Amino acid sequence: MLAIETVDLTKDYRVGFWRKRPRRVLDRLSLEVEVGEVFGLLGPNGAGKTTTLKILLGLVFPTAGTARLLERDARDISAHRNVGYLPENPSFYDHLTAQEFMTYAASLFGLSDKARPRQVGRLLEQVGLAESKNLPLRKFSKGMIQRLGIAQALINDPAVIFLDEPMSGLDPVGRREIRNLILRLKENGKTIFFSTHILSDAETLCDRVAILDHGRLRGCGELREILEVGVFSTEIVLEKPSRDAVVALGPFTSSIVRTGDRVRLELRAESDLNEVLAQVVRWNAKLISLNPVRMSLEDYFMERVGEDDTSLSRKSAKVRTESPKSE
Amino acid sequence: MIQRIRTIAFHTFKESVREKVLYNLIVFALLLIGSAVLFASISLGIGRLMLVNLGLSSIAIFGLLMAIFIGIGLVSKEIDRRTIHNILSKPVRRFEFIIGKYLGLMLTLLVNTSIMTGGFYMALYYVERRLGGEDLLPLEAIYFILLQFAIVVGLALLFSCISTPILSAFFTFCLYVIGNFLGDIRWLGQESGSRIFEKVTVLLYYVLPNFSDFQVISQSAHGISVPPFLLTSGTLYALLYVTILISAAILVFEKREF
Repeated sequence: MLAIETVDLTKDYRVGFWRKRPRRVLDRLSLEVEVGEVFGLLGPNGAGKTTTLKILLGLVFPTAGTARLLERDARDISAHRNVGYLPENPSFYDHLTAQEFMTYAASLFGLSDKARPRQVGRLLEQVGLAESKNLPLRKFSKGMIQRLGIAQALINDPAVIFLDEPMSGLDPVGRREIRNLILRLKENGKTIFFSTHILSDAETLCDRVAILDHGRLRGCGELREILEVGVFSTEIVLEKPSRDAVVALGPFTSSIVRTGDRVRLELRAESDLNEVLAQVVRWNAKLISLNPVRMSLEDYFMERVGEDDTSLSRKSAKVRTESPKSE
Repeated sequence: MIQRIRTIAFHTFKESVREKVLYNLIVFALLLIGSAVLFASISLGIGRLMLVNLGLSSIAIFGLLMAIFIGIGLVSKEIDRRTIHNILSKPVRRFEFIIGKYLGLMLTLLVNTSIMTGGFYMALYYVERRLGGEDLLPLEAIYFILLQFAIVVGLALLFSCISTPILSAFFTFCLYVIGNFLGDIRWLGQESGSRIFEKVTVLLYYVLPNFSDFQVISQSAHGISVPPFLLTSGTLYALLYVTILISAAILVFEKREF
């Protein structure tokens, strides 16, 4: 069963004061997210991530294409019963306390008088805000607001959770807690669709990612596949190797970096590995680690986005050189 | 649906009663009603008339200020703060949001008008040392004041959906002022001798909210009861106008993107 599906989803905004012209922010985006997946929508600022989320939540209407949530049209409000949403940089009501705000959110989902306080208390506890529940939200820090945003997104025990930049504004401890929370939600079979431009978060959490740039889908796939596509090289780390050992290993390496007592060497070719290990033993160097250097999500991201930037700049260069001829 | 509208209405009420401006206005209104006692005591023979006129006018003016200043922020504040994203991503239909917001502010105004009415009757009791049957007449005027608030909140809500708070306040206030003189404007059209001008004034008379028929403060002060026909027609007019305003606000809001 598909939790989220978009087909040729397109969105144009009309910009300009007098003569309004359409500006395309989303261009024929087709995505499928299975139930129970953690799906990351990646892209630089202005790529169309938030617009995609807003269309799926019925906050913005598509110019063309379809968006479906749990096999219902995204505009069908009944689909929202099973959806939780954390907006980017959330802002809530200053005059309410955390408990009042959560109770308000619970009431909008029609939680019974009996279930409401239990669910509110449990979630505030889960995000570490139980002690601040009676504090007005105007006194909350950015991190606390972010946690509250996550708590309210879970108030209805949703099947699909949309998180727009969930780690934004959190300190390292908060980030770790939210990461663990997302992993727990995944274990409970929830579908999580989140947008981020922090690639390490996506790398830790996602089953699949899609890369969006200038409103277009640049790549989509399982993180496992993307990251195991190729072993670039092999990296070994030695502790306190002698000068002779480093000199002997030099011809096999593409880079040697010394940090304190340790030396990190990147091998030129995987086929040299046995010879390199023989040299390490011969020179009695202490081997700390040996790792294959695989493609990182950042490499993949830069390859997709960077490729397009290059082709775009090439295209614009072509237009610039061709335009005098057409005149 | 009813439960969600009730939730939004109650939340709006809570938000409104925590606004500092509201308390300032209530205090001002009560002070003005209190000062009416002073005027009444130095106005020989017309003390009651003075008190009823000043007291009811204070309720109307301060209530109107509350209706406009809180009403214009009902929707625009939610959009500016982006709290609307949070609400509309939940199973809340857009019309439920608008109706809930409207009812929430009306509840606030009802409570505030009740407080000010309490203050007014305390002042009346202080001046007259008793309250009789004729003292129920100002309640008719207060009912008409509430009908005006219902239309003003509808106007403010509609403008709040399409414009900035400052412009919304300006438009609502202008329409309120024009609406109070619609009878005179129509008369002016009839007397002008210009057919086009007359038609324009007739059109304005029927299209714009007509507040002139709701002005019964002076009647109440003179101890004249409002005819039942006017009570019924005023109520039906306000209901119809509010329905049109809220429907228009819903139509605009349904098409908005956030």
